[in-house]
Formats: sequence, structure tokens, C-alpha cells
Amino acid sequence: MGTGAVGSLFAANLSLLDDVEVWAFDLNELHVAAINRDGLRLSGAGDVVGRPKATSDAAELPQCDFGIVATKAMHTESAITATAHAFEGGCVATVQNGLGNEEAIAGHVERVIRGTTFPAGKLLGPGQVQWDVKGDTTFGPYDERTSLAEVERLADACRRAGMPAQAVEDARGSQWRKVIFNASTNPIGALTGLTHGRVCERPDLRALVTGLVDEGKTVAAAQRIELDADPEELIDHAARKDVAYDHKASMLQDVESRRATEIDYLNGGIVRFGGEHGVPTPLNAAIQALVKGVEASWTQS
Amino acid sequence: MTRVVVAGAGSIGSLLAAHLARVAEVTVLTRREEQATALREQGLRVSGRSDFTARLDATTDPAALPDAELAILACKGTDLEPLAARLKGTLPGATVMTIQNGLGAEEIVAAHGEWPLLSAVTFMSGTRHGDGHVEYVLDTATWIGPYRGTTEEDARGTAELVESAGLKAEAFADLRPAQWSKLIFNATVNGVAALTGLPHDFHFAQTEELSDLGNLVRGLVDEGKAVAAAAGVELHDDPWEMNVLATQRGHRHFPSMLEDVEARRPTELELINGSLVREAGRVGVTVPLQTAVYRLVKAREASYSE
Repeated sequence: MGTGAVGSLFAANLSLLDDVEVWAFDLNELHVAAINRDGLRLSGAGDVVGRPKATSDAAELPQCDFGIVATKAMHTESAITATAHAFEGGCVATVQNGLGNEEAIAGHVERVIRGTTFPAGKLLGPGQVQWDVKGDTTFGPYDERTSLAEVERLADACRRAGMPAQAVEDARGSQWRKVIFNASTNPIGALTGLTHGRVCERPDLRALVTGLVDEGKTVAAAQRIELDADPEELIDHAARKDVAYDHKASMLQDVESRRATEIDYLNGGIVRFGGEHGVPTPLNAAIQALVKGVEASWTQS
Repeated sequence: MTRVVVAGAGSIGSLLAAHLARVAEVTVLTRREEQATALREQGLRVSGRSDFTARLDATTDPAALPDAELAILACKGTDLEPLAARLKGTLPGATVMTIQNGLGAEEIVAAHGEWPLLSAVTFMSGTRHGDGHVEYVLDTATWIGPYRGTTEEDARGTAELVESAGLKAEAFADLRPAQWSKLIFNATVNGVAALTGLPHDFHFAQTEELSDLGNLVRGLVDEGKAVAAAAGVELHDDPWEMNVLATQRGHRHFPSMLEDVEARRPTELELINGSLVREAGRVGVTVPLQTAVYRLVKAREASYSE
């Protein structure tokens, strides 16, 4: 569900497997028509022409064993509402950004898989996706209703399709590592207009990033989540000239083109979980309010 | 007739100069020759809440200024240091009044001359429409108090002069309570406006949802109040109430810091937010939200070169 860049990487690669039938559900009818006519074409980190069956009509979906939700976080609810009927016996995974997607999906289907994915790319046009980063994916059961064996079955299919993936008992460590990284850097880029590298080389701003990271870590610890890597190290690594110094955070790109951001699911998610576990998160709340203010400014005359 | 020099013909300087020209002999000190010429030849037109054209003198040369009794330095905070340096040795008989946002303007001027000094903060606003025309938008008051070598009596005299010219003014024995109220208000509202792109509108007072902007504004104001309390300043107005009232006027005011970042100009961040954060450090109060806003706007200015 949702075949932007990340959803397309899963759909195209998985459709290469003989034992897997893939349906691509997307509301963009031009994209759907191009996929059905010419296939779903990936170029870059891998050159692939996938042949998923694409549709904008959820009623066409057959009963499926697995679903993968890959929309932006603010569209999870509508995507799963439209498609839940196809997963009566199946299991739905999220590979989206942020916090709260699993909960939204679990409101409509029985069994849910938490997923965090690092592949990246961009939609070049209808049916065409540039694959920039191969990236790996970590899946885990959302709750006890989903078995690790079932999660492993999905991870195995991804691996056989050429996408690195693993199944773990608790996927929250990977999810929170990515959320903390994104929540602590993306909005800073969006609010200042600076690339990742330039945010990190200003000591006062880097200290603000650390303030945000520390709040996120405290909220994770309060839930007994063990991060699978230290966001601080990943932030410094990404700031290197040979890594992502010049990268404009996706949220900065969103703000520059006046697209709604995922702020409510990043910093807003940290604030919400912090509230539920009695951890104050004033800096994340401040950043969320500022970015929401930016969004509100677009509707002013 | 009283002789007055107004240095700086931005919107505030223009409003003061034009109105004062109705009751005093006014000379405007501008930076650009063409503006001085325009003012001398065509006068200064005021529209909006007042409607008239003032006749006044104008020059770009500090040495050509008359021996005025009052000099109002109405330039932007970022231009004050070079302006005060140019005025060194001039205006021997004048009392000099600063009217910049933030803290520290008086000290900057004091370093360049022995003039008696008055402090002022202003809440009026205007919009310049070219060199010879300013629109008078908000007719809120200018507050005046003694600073160095002046008394409350001097502040009152100047306030009366400003009032007689058709603007609103009030004198204070100690301006700091008013100046700090405005400092906290400006640091908060200007900073948030500059970062969000929002004019000072209803969003700034909205507190229903946890993520509403008003909650951040209140948090920023509370930090400022804690600094004022630790510095021994009893605020004249509650900056939160000032904020709520301003958003209820129904006029969407674009704070100067927002206009500055949109035009990619240097902002008054250091005099306003920088002053507040440094005062917090001096009195030992932690202000994480004000610090974050200060750093973000500073970085935003650095992004002009991206």
C-alpha cells in the first residue's frame, strides 16, 4: 500500500519471486497505469523491472498473506481503512517513518509487523523509481498475536528478492534509533535551511540536536527499549563530507515545496510516548510546534 | 521651537520625524543621499492613522546637523554601533534617546559620547512605502525613561513633546520593567515568527492541543519571566497577556525579524534573543527553549549563504 519510492522498491523486487504474487495499491492512477503497462522499473542500486499487479481500487485486491504499508505516516489510517478487507487471514507490516503506524494498522487488522527500513530512492515518474540506497530492513512482531515465524517468512521473501532484511523479536530498538535520528536532525534542517553537515558543524546547533536525542533516548529507556545503535554516532557519521554532509533532510525538502511533513509522527511521537511514560520532552514539543507553525503559515494569504 | 534630530528613517524613525515636524524643527539623518534629497524636496507623507505631509530637513552628514536639544536614534539595532560612532563629537547640546528593540542599545551609544541619555521602547508600528511615505499602522504608545544624566522629569518632557505631535507616549521613572516586558515579548514572538513564517496571529495564543504554538509561546515567556525575576526586574506587563492582546487586534502584524529572514537580511537577534539568553546565563537561570530559538534563528541567518 503506497508505492512511492520505498513501496516501489518492495513491490518491484518481491514481484520477481516465482512463489509470490504482488499487488501494488496506490491512488496515483498514472503511476498505476504505467506499472500495468510497462512494469515497475528500478534503476540505480539495482536494475529491476518488476511486474506487480497495480490498482487504485482496493476492491480489486485478493486475500493476501502479507501487506506492506509504505505511505507517508499521515496516510496510514486511510490506506489501511481502504485495504483491511484483503488481510482477513493475513498480516500487515509497516516500513514507514515515525511512531504510531503500527497502532493505526492494528486498529483494522489482527496481526501487525513492526518494520524499519533504510533503502531510499525517489520516484522519477509514473512506473519509474531511482534506487539510491540498498539499505536493510528490520522486522519484528508488533504484539503476541504475530509469531516470529511469520515475520521470518516475510523477511525471507525480502532477502530472496535481493533486499537485505532480518526478523527480530523486538524491532523497537531499530525503529527508535531511526526515529530519534530523524526527529533530532530533520526538523533542524527544515527550520534553518541548513544541510545535515552544516547543522552538525555549528557547535551550538549540534548541542540542540543532542538535547533532542537525549529526550528521545530517555523516552526509549522508559519503555525498556534498547537502541540497536547510538543515534549520536550515526548523526556524526552522516555529517562526514563523504557520507551525507550535503544532504538536505527530507523534511527540509518538504518545507521548501510546501508539502505536509511527518513531524507529528517523529517529534510528535516522542512527545506522545514521553507523556505516556512520564518523561518530559520540552525540546521535542517545541520543535513539533515550530514545524506545525511552518505548515500553518502556508494556508495564510 | 524645539530642535530635534531623528537618525534613521525606517518606519519608526519616519513616524517620529513626520509627527514631530508638526511641533518642532526636525532634521532627519539618513544613510542614503537620495533619501535625504527626497525628504528635503518632497517632505514626508504619513498615511493610515494620520494623514499629512511633513516639511522637514534632511542630511546624510552628521557634521551638518543643527545643535538640537533632542536626538532620537531610530535605526535598526544592527545599525546602531556604526551610527553612534558617526555621531561622536556632534550634537553637543542634545539629549540622546535610543528606541531599539532588546537590551543594550544605551550602552552602545554611551560608549561614543557624553550625551545625557533617555531609553525608549515603542509599540507603534508602520510600513514604509518608499523614501517619502510611511503608513502609520499601530498607534500604540512609546514608553520613555531616564538612563544616564537624565531624570523622570526629562523623560516626561520628551513624552509630552511626542504626545503633542500626535503620537502616544508615556514617561516612566524606571524603564526597565517596561523594557523587559517588551524584551521577553519580542524574543518570543519575533523568534517564533521568524522560524515559522507566521505573522503574529491567533496561532500564537492557541493552546487547546498539546502541539499548539501557544504552548511553546507560553513556555518561552515563562523562561523570560524567570530571568527577569532573577535579575530583580518586576515586569510592567505580562508578556503572555501582551501576546494574547496583540493577537486579538485582528491585524496580522509581520514582526521585523520575520521580514528580515524572508528578505535574507541580518536580524536583531543579538540585541533581543541574544541579550535575553546572555542575561539568563548571568543570573544563572536555564532557558532551554529560548536558547533553542536563539540558535535556530542564528543558524537560519547562516543559511543565507547556502
